[in-house]
Amino acid sequence: MSMNQEWTPKIVAFCCNWCSYAGADLAGSGRMNYPANVKIIRIPCSCRLNPMFVLRAFQRGADGVILCGCHPGDCHYSTGNYYARRRMTVLFSLLDYMGIERGRTRVEWVSAAEGAKFAATMNDFVKTITELGENKKLGDLRCKK
Amino acid sequence: MQEMIINRLRELLADGEYAGVIGWAQGETPFDRTPNLFNAEGLDQLRYDSFCGSNLSKYLVQQASKTEKKIIALLKPCDCYSFNQLCTEHRIDRNKVYVIGVGCKGKIDVEKIRKAGIKGITGITEDGDLLKIETMYGEKEISRKDVLLEKCLACKGKEHKCADEVLGESEETCSGDKYAAVRRLEAMTAEERFEFWRGELSKCIRCNACRNVCPACSCIKCVFDNPNSGVQNKAAADDFEESLFHIIRAYHVAGRCTDCGECSRVCPQGIPLHLLNRRIIQDVNELYGDYQAGESIGQRHPLTDFTLEDEEPSVIDTRGGGK
Repeated sequence: MSMNQEWTPKIVAFCCNWCSYAGADLAGSGRMNYPANVKIIRIPCSCRLNPMFVLRAFQRGADGVILCGCHPGDCHYSTGNYYARRRMTVLFSLLDYMGIERGRTRVEWVSAAEGAKFAATMNDFVKTITELGENKKLGDLRCKK
Repeated sequence: MQEMIINRLRELLADGEYAGVIGWAQGETPFDRTPNLFNAEGLDQLRYDSFCGSNLSKYLVQQASKTEKKIIALLKPCDCYSFNQLCTEHRIDRNKVYVIGVGCKGKIDVEKIRKAGIKGITGITEDGDLLKIETMYGEKEISRKDVLLEKCLACKGKEHKCADEVLGESEETCSGDKYAAVRRLEAMTAEERFEFWRGELSKCIRCNACRNVCPACSCIKCVFDNPNSGVQNKAAADDFEESLFHIIRAYHVAGRCTDCGECSRVCPQGIPLHLLNRRIIQDVNELYGDYQAGESIGQRHPLTDFTLEDEEPSVIDTRGGGK
């Protein structure tokens, strides 16, 4: 049995409770298509995303991690996404420095009214990750079944 | 220099106003200096010479909170940055510490002498810029500036940023561009960088020395001490766990790292850990403006701050460097 033939990317999407999670909901109720490989994890705010979450997701077999939050200026807690923006920039840069493919991580701002943007973003991200292929650099054998 | 410091400390400790002194004592091997808490009686055990590379500021977190009295700390110019940073984070009460800035002309890395091919060292004496090394195979000489600690090559200057008084003269030992090694890595392709870091980090034995020595890494409970994580132990060489540990270790001190270089100095495997931290410092300077952690007490560091015009994280995808 060849693993590669069956391989489809696993995507973890961290969505902020107030905008992007509702945006994903809207994409669903609007019957817009986005791939089933995207697993959504709801977080209270985009700045709740601990960098450890991103790395652990990769370690446990994710092929791509995307963070969706409110547009800058629209944060439910006023400023959370501004902090998240700086944190993720520095984290992604460090991953790049360590030789991890660019593109495996992404940040996208999706509001509660942007169901279509959510679906389009996920379609595009899954396409990028499919092109990049399986995540071999960040996995941990012990986490595979 | 050592005599001068001990004499001054005798004066200060005489009237019982201070609980003690944090300084360096003779370690287990001839060129090892270990941190120690001295009282008036033990002062003749205090050592201060070119082997006192370790940064004593972190020991103040515990020691200064233990007693009602003030405590005296001996800090080199670079240690003052870590001290300021710890005060900023309210880990040390500035009013409980009397800081004596001690002069520093760069500290010597005995490993570098050994790597230069001088083995069986029995004694080292200094003669200006020259080190006279007695070995089991006769006397050798080596230039002092060739065997300075790695961190001294990124010296931040001779000024003590927090001292209540200063004893002795300092000299700046900075050599060239401290980001040169980071740039060399950036110029490689992603594959080469990955190979480099996987090669280096898989040497890690998870002794946690880098974490325990780091003055910025002072959480009481560490995320890596969780026995339920299932991945707490040393992983196989191919696994991501060591990289993850070091990414988080470096990232956790992002914006707070003063670039004191202790992580690399204590690593028993010789992993250049400071290159991770230095890359973050370079990024932060580039993206959010020049910042030196620990320059003064009460600074707001770049990752707890923002502007409305910050770059989007996608800037990483279009930036220069190897693809």
